[in-house]
Amino acid sequence: MVDGFRPKTLQEALEIRLKTDCLPIAGGTDLMVQKARGFALKPDFDKPLLFIGYLPELNKISIEKDQIHIGAGVLLTDLLNSDKIPEIFKEAVCLMASPPSRNLASVGGNICNASPAGDTLPHLYAVDTQLVLKSAKGERKVPIDQFITGPKRTDLVKDELLTKIIIPNRIFGVNYYRKVGQRKGMSLTKAAFQGMADIEQGKLTDVRIAFGSVAPTIVRSREIEKTMIGKSVEEIKEEIPEILAKYAPLIRPIDDARSSAAYRKKVCLRLLEDFLRKMSKEK
Amino acid sequence: MKIEFILNNEPQTIDVHPARRLLDILREDFKLTSVKEGCGEGECGACVVLMNGKAVNSCLVPAGNIVGKSIVTLESFKETKRYQMIESCFLEAGSVQCGFCTPGIVMATESLLSENPHPTDKEIKEALSGNLCRCTGYNMIFKGIHLAAERGQGLW
Repeated sequence: MVDGFRPKTLQEALEIRLKTDCLPIAGGTDLMVQKARGFALKPDFDKPLLFIGYLPELNKISIEKDQIHIGAGVLLTDLLNSDKIPEIFKEAVCLMASPPSRNLASVGGNICNASPAGDTLPHLYAVDTQLVLKSAKGERKVPIDQFITGPKRTDLVKDELLTKIIIPNRIFGVNYYRKVGQRKGMSLTKAAFQGMADIEQGKLTDVRIAFGSVAPTIVRSREIEKTMIGKSVEEIKEEIPEILAKYAPLIRPIDDARSSAAYRKKVCLRLLEDFLRKMSKEK
Repeated sequence: MKIEFILNNEPQTIDVHPARRLLDILREDFKLTSVKEGCGEGECGACVVLMNGKAVNSCLVPAGNIVGKSIVTLESFKETKRYQMIESCFLEAGSVQCGFCTPGIVMATESLLSENPHPTDKEIKEALSGNLCRCTGYNMIFKGIHLAAERGQGLW
């Protein structure tokens, strides 16, 4: 068995993907830990590795009309250093791991790893991110909430690679992100909350609410958001208890080493309440 | 897999499994033992080296990702004026006790100062957030870095 491939172009990578059962790897910050065997031992992979992180086609950030196109291999550090990336997205990224890991980890890797605690995901869900999946035979575009199908599970087909992440090039009037962890640096998320809204003449014209690390995948409800749009901020303020009650059954966390289900649920609803209260003070 | 890279300013060609960790290549194959294995999960920073000038956790880097890259460990960095400045300031500020975390902290300091020669306290804490120390205490380490930035004017 060949141990690994280092293609020179994306096209070459896609052809290898078509012919070989292999594992795409970018920075390796998740995979090297998942497959680690301990002190001084080589991580054990059961498939040949397909190195793709360095491919130039996967390392661009560009503005295309009203969209921002982010290559799947773009590093978390590159996101933070780019003037094209919205500040509210950077707020989440700068709380991920630490600089030596962010210098390795790619945004595409965080998506494909599909951890319920993946820290780019609440924002990417909230802005209706589209993913471009390429194979040697063609390409398809999939909304992120359809791509991630469960914890560590995605809809990526055997011959495909995630090549591009497409987010809207727009800024919301109200931006709110909180990550709840044991400490500031190097912490894995107990719960994360992303809220964004637009308010015009005291009325809510758009709202996005997403929760991370409290269900098998990121929680977002377009139905509940729709019931809020068009209402005045005063109405929203009065309806806070009802809105919290609507979200409560969607937040289904687990007890684990990092936190308890009860704490996670409580803190999420408190963050939602705080967001709604702050929002209702906007004009 | 045949891998060509630059290690401490010298070109190298090695033939290793592409999943082999950079940490093990440095320690086992090249006997560069300044690079420490602490957690092996990218959380402690004891294995931090420079890859193209930036701090990275060498326990997380598969060999397949070092092709064409320049890797610098403390063994060659210690020959520089920048290192001498960091060393004297760390000694003065009492930034070293047992020393296990120190190589990683020195490399993270170099990565920070080379990008930002005049860091604020917050920026130092942020840059060092991936380096754990269990005995010296962070305040003395941050003080040593402040001193190096102050006295090292023009070095970075």
